Amino acid sequence: MTYQKPDAQGFFGRFGGQFVPETLMTAVLELDQAYREAKADPAFQAQLNDLLRNYVGRETPLYYAERLSQHIGGAQIYLKREDLNHTGAHKINNALGQVLLAQRMGKKKIIAETGAGQHGVATATAAALFDMDCTIYMGEEDVKRQALNVFRMELLGAKVFSVKDGSRVLKDAVNAALRAWVAGIEDTHYIMGSALGPAPFPEMVRDFQSVIGSEAKRQFAEISGGKLPDAVLACIGGGSNAIGMFYPFVNDESVAMYGAEAAGLGLDTEQHAATFAKGRPGILHGSLMDVLQDAHGQIMEAFSISAGLDYPGVGPEHCHFNEIGRATYDSITDQEALEGFKLLSRLEGIIPALESSHAIALCQKVAAGMSPDQSLIVCLSGRGDKDVMQVKERFEAEGA
Amino acid sequence: MLKSLSKHLQAIKESGRGIFVPYIMAGDHQQGLDGLFETIALMEGAGASAVEVGIPWSDPVADGPVIELAGQRSLARGVNLRAIVEKLQEQQTGLPLVMMTYMNPVYQYGIEALIEDLAGTSVKGLIIPDLPYEHQDMVKAYLADSDIALVPLVSLTTGLERQRLLVEGAEGFVYAVAINGVTGKSGSYRDDLDKHLARLTQLADIPVLTGFGVSTAEDIERFNRVSDGVIVGSKIVRDLHEGRVQEVTDFVALGSQVKK
Repeated sequence: MTYQKPDAQGFFGRFGGQFVPETLMTAVLELDQAYREAKADPAFQAQLNDLLRNYVGRETPLYYAERLSQHIGGAQIYLKREDLNHTGAHKINNALGQVLLAQRMGKKKIIAETGAGQHGVATATAAALFDMDCTIYMGEEDVKRQALNVFRMELLGAKVFSVKDGSRVLKDAVNAALRAWVAGIEDTHYIMGSALGPAPFPEMVRDFQSVIGSEAKRQFAEISGGKLPDAVLACIGGGSNAIGMFYPFVNDESVAMYGAEAAGLGLDTEQHAATFAKGRPGILHGSLMDVLQDAHGQIMEAFSISAGLDYPGVGPEHCHFNEIGRATYDSITDQEALEGFKLLSRLEGIIPALESSHAIALCQKVAAGMSPDQSLIVCLSGRGDKDVMQVKERFEAEGA
Repeated sequence: MLKSLSKHLQAIKESGRGIFVPYIMAGDHQQGLDGLFETIALMEGAGASAVEVGIPWSDPVADGPVIELAGQRSLARGVNLRAIVEKLQEQQTGLPLVMMTYMNPVYQYGIEALIEDLAGTSVKGLIIPDLPYEHQDMVKAYLADSDIALVPLVSLTTGLERQRLLVEGAEGFVYAVAINGVTGKSGSYRDDLDKHLARLTQLADIPVLTGFGVSTAEDIERFNRVSDGVIVGSKIVRDLHEGRVQEVTDFVALGSQVKK
């Protein structure tokens, strides 16, 4: 049976929905309507495709990682090179799509949340291109840790608002952005950065990111004489690059799907972002999804070496895939991710983002259990330039 | 059958007085939850129509900093919904209580279990700001045989058709959100607010109470002209926390004695 989700109320199985205050309901309903119209409009798609080709630099290569494949000695590994996009990660695919939609809706202002700053930079970039007023909400702790990205956003003309509420990290930035959206509801569009939030965001972000999986599928068919890969794999925080890679394969039952969530210092500690391993269904930021929470439903802080995976929830469609067994999710520690970071740098001359390094680490485990006549596509969601200073300091501290 | 919260507030309205509902944060008291009934009694003594009891949550997106901080203080004392329900089961109050909680604590407690456990308490209403009309059956399904009303929120962005949808068959009261913003955000109200409130009050069969940013005697007077009364949260929470008890009781008394 063909997969068709979400349903009319924005649910993927029992996950999803629109759990937002009434002031936002009109906005999300209006957004839903505008998105359906845009999705059906060939002119909108053509404009987006043109930007993706000429501005972002798509399509991105599907690169056969021969040395990595030989090193692991299992499946043949292909890397979907989202790190080669303009701004250095997959985030731009969604930011451009949503800025175009905001223009179409007549909105004048753009707001977004960001953790590490990648989505903030992508949004500021798209807003600069379309001359829209842009404010990025970022937790005070992240502003300190990611000073360079703050500068990038400001250089691009965005205002960066340092969020001092709560624990002052990504989840608090989402709260602040939601509050700012309520206050500016008449002329503001909120660009949610991951496949999270109230409907239609999870679906819309998935659709804008599905260019990843669609290209990979076609590219793989071209080099293999019409075959499908045996598995696809991606890292998962909120889950936008993963859903973009997975969704075009959802009806291809022979294609296994693997997601790598962040285990931080380990599942036996409190310092992790392993929502599938340690969380349970709850309601946060407009969606019913798996979240990290205490016995009474207070949301817990997530932890990962990778700021992009440092979120205490996973988007509703992944929760559905997990529940029905369509995808398999495993967790990768900071240490394992760092080893993946080094491995890909040494073997392939590609420095991956710490987020994507989680995917490389899981790929080592998954590929090893596959045979050399099988193929595995890994989404290399971003490049590691933003992380080299952090990794350098860590290696120096460890005396490595 | 009319629920007792509807009856109680309707009676105040028909007596020609303005309705005044103060909000307090459960557990935000020097004695933690042990101070809850003391604060409720203070409100009752000052003449409040009902008391809104806030449940602390880590991510209160509809609230401004005053209530968020009060929630954090309460959480730091180890307060949680289970303990609050147990406390509420200990003692009846003279006034109906309205529980204001985000959806996740309710979802984790168990929706059906919460409604059952509140049955013998003074809680006669529920306000869940992140449970929109579209998903209200998740809770309403358990309220048919209960005396607890699910209070709808109507905002400035709610179009006329949707306003009709939200207030039709609603129970308790209608919570009219006076600003596009969070609780406690003071400043200027929109020019067309009064017209919006008057029309909403006309539309609803049950009392319409105005809240969000209501903090002065002028606000009370203004919103009593165009709706049936007011809800005051951040001002009261802040004054109580900073020890201005007399100011709170004076303000509650003022709001409760409005003649219409």
